[in-house]
Amino acid sequence: MNDFAKVPGYVSTTEAYGETTVVVERGRIREACTFARDELGFAMLSDLVATDYLDWAGKGVSGYIGTTAGRDLNMPMTQGLQALPEAKPARFSLSYHLLALRQGAPRLRLQCWLEDGDTVDSVVSVWPAADWLEREQFDLMGIRFDGHPNLARLLMDDDWEGHPLRKDYPLGGEPVRFSSAE
Amino acid sequence: MTATLPHVGRARRWPMVGDPIYEGSRIPKRVPTIVDVPAALRETDDVLQVNFGPNHPSTHGVLRLIVDLDGEKVVGLSAVIGYLHTGFEKNMEQKTWWKAITYPERIDYVGYQNNELVFVLAIEKLLELEVPEKATWMRMLMCELNRIHSHLVFLGTSALELGAISMFWYCFRERETILDLFELVAGQRMHTRYFQAGGLAEDIPAGFYPEARSFVERMPHALDDYLTLLDRNKIWLERTQGVGLLSADDAIALGQSGPVLRASGVDWDLRRDDPYLAYDQVDFRVPVYNGGDVYDRYRVRMDEMAESTQIVRQCIDRLERMEGEPWIADDRKVVLPPREELHTSMESLIHHFKIVTEGYRVPAGEIYVAIESPRGESGCYVVSDGGPRPWRVHFRAPSFAALQATATCAQGSLIADLIAIVGSLDAVMGDTDR
Repeated sequence: MNDFAKVPGYVSTTEAYGETTVVVERGRIREACTFARDELGFAMLSDLVATDYLDWAGKGVSGYIGTTAGRDLNMPMTQGLQALPEAKPARFSLSYHLLALRQGAPRLRLQCWLEDGDTVDSVVSVWPAADWLEREQFDLMGIRFDGHPNLARLLMDDDWEGHPLRKDYPLGGEPVRFSSAE
Repeated sequence: MTATLPHVGRARRWPMVGDPIYEGSRIPKRVPTIVDVPAALRETDDVLQVNFGPNHPSTHGVLRLIVDLDGEKVVGLSAVIGYLHTGFEKNMEQKTWWKAITYPERIDYVGYQNNELVFVLAIEKLLELEVPEKATWMRMLMCELNRIHSHLVFLGTSALELGAISMFWYCFRERETILDLFELVAGQRMHTRYFQAGGLAEDIPAGFYPEARSFVERMPHALDDYLTLLDRNKIWLERTQGVGLLSADDAIALGQSGPVLRASGVDWDLRRDDPYLAYDQVDFRVPVYNGGDVYDRYRVRMDEMAESTQIVRQCIDRLERMEGEPWIADDRKVVLPPREELHTSMESLIHHFKIVTEGYRVPAGEIYVAIESPRGESGCYVVSDGGPRPWRVHFRAPSFAALQATATCAQGSLIADLIAIVGSLDAVMGDTDR
């Protein structure tokens, strides 16, 4: 029985590299954050980051000759993995990196998982610092935060289409003027 | 080390969105980066909206503040960022781990050595790679020189913006010495790429210690010069004291870190409270001030420069006794083999070729590493799928956090104070926009 089982919406705890990751249900993230702040003493939200796991481990395991996905020997980036990493429960992970201002600087990663189109409650009411952090993740990763007072693009232009940090966002997709391809 | 830290276990219950954050807070309602013009004023013709930036020299880059003015008073404000967004995080996903080390330095281009360190530490933690002691101490030395460099740029430019032009020349005189030291060590004045996963790119060159020592001897005198020029200067005092107030609770709620947090009275420094490198083996003090104004932020940075100079001195003392020790780990799967071996050893040639073309593989996992950069908590979140390229890299930018406090600090101030406030938050726009 660990200390984190009382976190609202608790799913699981993982310890790795000296870090604690607590996965909670997507719908109860605001409750979980409030609990972490008030009961566990994690007074500060250091960082909020979303990760796109689309096609995670899609390159397969590299064999002697090639991978199932096909390896182009002239392209050093197409080789497969040595071992398949653990499968992920959903496409996006959303990690809240919390910090407690006390001796030893304990940190906690609250994590929830969501599919494309799922929304998650905003935690601006828990930490005002979440304002720009959530806007950034909305802008670059396309994650919608319910109840955010001003969910607009932050880093990209207001009329930008798409979310650049998603794995299916085309690379080099911007038309370049006066290029030889024209 | 202090036994207990303030603000621990007395978390407040903040009400929901729309209500005031809590009693006495200066954080604007709902959105902390926007101050709304009062309804009574909005109807009148007195309010003038001005774009402060993005191309304004005192925004330290390309920060845009949309300011509503009633006379000289700031009655409304909203901060707009993103003009320097260059997609570093996306770019790093396309590069091998080895090549990606060049990117973090260019994110925070003033605190480059620290940003490089945080990414290299993340790689090493995933690889579970042991770093030689000499490399650890040299990293610490470089990071502290970089901290002094960064604070000198802060001091020179923010004093310049408030009219003290001579400060700029004096600060950049010492900064020049630091850049010369970087050039001596790494061949580059800025963005050195001197840290590698496993240690350092090259051994410390002959002649570095005497040069570094003479800098350490000179720096305290230079700090005295700055204090003489500024600290009894009535104009400087009146333009900085009591301006840009940020309380300790607001600073924590807004996720502030580094000098901004310490100037608000929170005794918190990752170098002491969560030691990395060898910070637990050096003596230094963490300056804390309680005023929460522009002046105290300047004082914190002044004191930090003095402390960093002492850390640099201790690093030199230690490093001089490590002559001839290895400066990089001996792990041929990750670290480039010595140049001379390439002519004689087939294995070294293969390893060299593999690391440069395909890159080394980093075990699957996710990790968040945080260090105390000159601007505060610089964090790096890295996900690896076990391949030669990072799956996801994200930087927790201290400047990004600092700029969220602009509106809180600027409430009720004058337009001229805005320049002092933005300067005192010491944001680097490359770091903010990434």
